[in-house]
Amino acid sequence: MQQDKGVGSVRLWEVLVVVFFLVFGSVVAWDSHRLGSSWGSDGPQAGYFPFYIGVFIIVSAIVNLYTALRASDLRAFVEWGQIRLILAVMLPSIVYVALIENPWYGLGIYVPSALFIAVYMRVLGKYSWLMIASVSIGVMLAFFMSFEVWFQVPLPKGPVEALFGYA
Amino acid sequence: MGGFAVALSWFNLLLMLAGIVLGVIIGVLPGLGGANGVAILLPLTFSMAQQPGGTTSAIILLSSIYWGALFGGAITSILFNIPGEPWSVATTFDGYPLGQKGRAGAALTAAFTSSFVGALVGVLMITFLSPVVAKFALRFGPPEYFSVYLLTFCAFVGMSKGSAFKTISSMMLGFALAAVGTDTVTGQLRMTFGLTVLLKGFDFLIAVIGLFGIGEILLTLEEGLEFKGASARLNMKVVLETWKELPRYWRTSIRSAAVGCMMGIVPGGATPASFMSYGLAKKMSRDGAKFGTGVVEGVVAPETAAHAAGTSALLPMITLGVPGSPTAAVLLGGLLIWGLQPGPLLFTEKPDFVWGLIASMYLGNIVGLIVVLTCVPLFAAILRVPFSIIMPVIIVICAIGAYTVHNSMFDVWLMLIFGAMGYVFKKLDYPLAPLVLALVLGDNAENSFRQSMLDSQGDMRIFFSNGLVGSITALALLLLFWPIISMALDFLRGKRGKHVREE
Repeated sequence: MQQDKGVGSVRLWEVLVVVFFLVFGSVVAWDSHRLGSSWGSDGPQAGYFPFYIGVFIIVSAIVNLYTALRASDLRAFVEWGQIRLILAVMLPSIVYVALIENPWYGLGIYVPSALFIAVYMRVLGKYSWLMIASVSIGVMLAFFMSFEVWFQVPLPKGPVEALFGYA
Repeated sequence: MGGFAVALSWFNLLLMLAGIVLGVIIGVLPGLGGANGVAILLPLTFSMAQQPGGTTSAIILLSSIYWGALFGGAITSILFNIPGEPWSVATTFDGYPLGQKGRAGAALTAAFTSSFVGALVGVLMITFLSPVVAKFALRFGPPEYFSVYLLTFCAFVGMSKGSAFKTISSMMLGFALAAVGTDTVTGQLRMTFGLTVLLKGFDFLIAVIGLFGIGEILLTLEEGLEFKGASARLNMKVVLETWKELPRYWRTSIRSAAVGCMMGIVPGGATPASFMSYGLAKKMSRDGAKFGTGVVEGVVAPETAAHAAGTSALLPMITLGVPGSPTAAVLLGGLLIWGLQPGPLLFTEKPDFVWGLIASMYLGNIVGLIVVLTCVPLFAAILRVPFSIIMPVIIVICAIGAYTVHNSMFDVWLMLIFGAMGYVFKKLDYPLAPLVLALVLGDNAENSFRQSMLDSQGDMRIFFSNGLVGSITALALLLLFWPIISMALDFLRGKRGKHVREE
């Protein structure tokens, strides 16, 4: 059987994270420099403190890069089987959040949440539709009661809630 | 003593009970821990805190969730070998083997009881020490405050288990994110790049929910979708039998509680405290060799220390406004949102609140002990709910929690990004707690630094200008360079040892 190589090595990901820190640190330092990172007429300027934060980020990132390259850990960062599970959570979550509110047609938080729970119960859990409907709708009704009615914390609502007089 | 009267009102007792039950559930569930559990429920207390005396009720509710989560962590460690919180890791060493041997009941009783003892010692210390510290802190000016912040962050670097530079990286990331938005002194916009959503900056509550909530779920996913655990049956007989056994370990208890209290005041102390006291107990106990195979003493040591530390972490939070752990940071965030300024003035201005909180710590832990001892099977049953139901529900809870912080969908997107980031960081051993604390304290640390620089006209020597600030700064630097210092000491000692042998 072929060895599961996974999605890049630990070393590759270490380097990627360092690159992120280097870019981030440079942006911080550059923007602080733009605002003025020295001593103004009335004391330290707005970029004084963050500028050094940016410098610290860059310096520690360089040390981390050195350690990562020296350790040269070539084990798999995540195996393909694992990354499939992780994407199976991340991608639907993105769709879920997009359904709640988007520039075209927001469904509010309750309906997409119920759908989200239902999809997992069907695909991962293989439950009967009756079970799925009762759990997903039941959970969201409980949330609806606690947030909208008891604690009076309004959450985004869409057309379905409007049908019942909540907008 | 008026505090007990506040805490004892029926409403507050009820809140306490609700908080603890919720907290244990939160502590048991994967992806929900003390910090993000409290963060998610924080918005629900906004309206509660508006009523007279409401802030006390709100803090009682939130801190009870914290106690509950601390207890809950032990349940998963012992029954499922999954540490609910980082400081429960040491509990799994002996707790899980005990469970496998069919002595889960004894392990749970020992864990809960020693947690209770540890917390009690921590609260006692808070009761007697916090007025003293607060009084002392009244004399603090900007340089003193900055040196305390410095101490907080240097402690993280010096005591980090992994790479010190990874700790610095993630801490600085927190500071940088804290700086985003409108600069409070000059009113200039920093790092917003013309984006209106960035004007308010990043809220650490979102970071907590994303990093610890979503990130944790992704990590749990890797290990597969099922929890296999020992069965939990806890009856009075087992409890009483274990209680009879426990006094034998009084030395371990006292030592662990002391370690916990000392380490807990220092930020990030709970996790090292639990490992340290486990190590000490192993070294000093007569049954030291049996540690790791399932001995009760091995559960007593880390649990006592972790709870003593978890409780003492609140001491710097209420007296100085410097939280010792992410959860304490979230509680601090709560105080700020309710319009309370944590710090020494809180003791003189809001004595009701402070003493109500302290009294609720005593009661909360007693109630907590009773609740967990009686309801373990119930809580363990929660973990048997299939992952395909639990997981989406937790994500929904996180999304709702992130939304309610500022009623903003942008925050929900941020939460997802922080979640992915938390997953990658955790896998590469970048610690998350320093990031969160830096995000919380960034503005305060910067302001006290600027204020000090203004006073001294840019002279760094202000941080050594008097005995008080000088010794705090020196201690901070000592902690920062501790790994190097201890290496040097070992080196010197090793050299001398060799020298002696040669003679």
